[in-house]
Amino acid sequence: MSVLTMQDTIIKTNNVSVYYGEKQAVKNISMDIERNSVTAFIGPSGCGKSTLLRSLNRMNDLVPSCRVTGSIVVDGIDINSEQVNIESLRQIVGMVFQRANPFFKSIYENIAFAPRFHGMTDRRELDELVETSLRKAALWDEVKDRLRDSALSLSGGQQQRLCIARAIAMQPTILLLDEPASALDPISTMKIEELVMQLKEEYTIVIVTHNLHQAARISDKTAFFLLGELIEMDETGKIFTSPENDKTEAYISGRFG
Amino acid sequence: MNHRIEGVGTNRQSLIARKMLTYNKRQFTENMTGRTIAMLCAALLVIVVLSITYFIASKGLSTFFVDGVSISEFLTQVKWDPEGEPALYGVFPFILGSFLVTALAAVIAAPLGIGAAIFMTEIFPGFGKKVLKPVIELLVGIPSVVYGYVGLTLLVPFIREQFDVLGFSLLAGGLVLALMILPTITSVATDAIEAVPQDLRNASLALGATRWQTIWNVVLHSALPGCLTAVVLGMARAFGEALAVQMVIGNTTKLPGSLLDPISTLTSGITLNMGNTIQGTPYNNALWSMALLLLLMSFVFIMILRFLGRKRLVK
Repeated sequence: MSVLTMQDTIIKTNNVSVYYGEKQAVKNISMDIERNSVTAFIGPSGCGKSTLLRSLNRMNDLVPSCRVTGSIVVDGIDINSEQVNIESLRQIVGMVFQRANPFFKSIYENIAFAPRFHGMTDRRELDELVETSLRKAALWDEVKDRLRDSALSLSGGQQQRLCIARAIAMQPTILLLDEPASALDPISTMKIEELVMQLKEEYTIVIVTHNLHQAARISDKTAFFLLGELIEMDETGKIFTSPENDKTEAYISGRFG
Repeated sequence: MNHRIEGVGTNRQSLIARKMLTYNKRQFTENMTGRTIAMLCAALLVIVVLSITYFIASKGLSTFFVDGVSISEFLTQVKWDPEGEPALYGVFPFILGSFLVTALAAVIAAPLGIGAAIFMTEIFPGFGKKVLKPVIELLVGIPSVVYGYVGLTLLVPFIREQFDVLGFSLLAGGLVLALMILPTITSVATDAIEAVPQDLRNASLALGATRWQTIWNVVLHSALPGCLTAVVLGMARAFGEALAVQMVIGNTTKLPGSLLDPISTLTSGITLNMGNTIQGTPYNNALWSMALLLLLMSFVFIMILRFLGRKRLVK
């Protein structure tokens, strides 16, 4: 367990490496992520950005051959230590996936899913939480009259916002978004981006994206990855205007990747 | 070929036009032959199914329309004595027996089969796929007479000693049938559970659900129509099974008072009596009526399966 140096750092990774079997997908990454900020992970496919993201809520535990070394400290606790309860960790560090994956249940049941498992049984409390979560995900007005309809009746963009609402309903501190808009049309993408910018008031957001404009538009800090290494991490404005590393420059100007 | 279009007049274009309007003879005959063969096969199937249905229906219905037995008496009376004076054709005990053994088998085999399917897909997939699945598929191939024989030599004596009864019983029939339909239920349920997208499991785990909560609320919930299909398929098989059941249930037409009493089923009733009757007699026709009932029940099972299949598509 390490003591945090800066007040506003919520995630601190120290020399984190992730191996799939023999292959090292993430190489010795150390970074600080600030509270209530949006951090974008960018880089070409296979650069390890999603892998690192999935280590932050230990979704990599599901891959049998996967091994994580180094330390990932969230709010002062090493999340890989044995005392950490993985279900509680995932409740604090929520995740939204690339493809919207609503359960084959009603809109209401999708949102109420996590709170129920974490012990909320009171009907009125649940109703209220469902409404707030949907409001925060900017979906309430579109679905308030059909909460009992199947979640699969929603459009792709609405489904993705439902997945965000579902994660918000856990009342997490951190939200991990793994290319949340890459399968969506431009209008839905815009809505997701607006949403992310609103949500950072309350949550710390880490977003993986292939869309450089998106990273530039919505993030405070940007981290550029290449072949498993963290090449550069800085204020988004700086990364996109005057990066220090040539490789970052080459990538953001579209010369490869 | 009279489809010439005005204004398409130059030489080159008319060549193209002519080509578009010509048939390739070989392609044409091949196509027609293939179509004819496929249609003949389909027609044959339809004819066979229709004629079987017609044959059973005409034989089965003559009990009511030729021999003058009332349909409601046939279905509800509990006395079966076709050789008595007057002859009595109450098949209710057979119907009840068929439904009871089928229900008992389903109640025993459904949780076991679905549980085994969960084990093979969610809990121990490596071992499940390499060892358990082939073994279970092997079980499907064992002839029913073997199941019946095992039931007769192991189960019936066991029940006789344990409960101090005859041994031939509803319970024995249900257990043997449960064993027989277990592989069907397991393999169909396994397919249904495997078809649940991995995305949904990830979503659930990422929301802080435990593995068990994920299996119960997400995986099983999503695979429910498929699991129901598995159970109904098993029940259809149990309902139609004759040999194994007949060997262990005792075949009395008295209504059973408990699980340990002997009973009869529609199938065992037909197989045991068919040899003793003469074609065209009311007794023989009554057996055909029972066959007609079996046929109708299998239609019902097929309709349920269709309904479940459609439900799966919508979800």
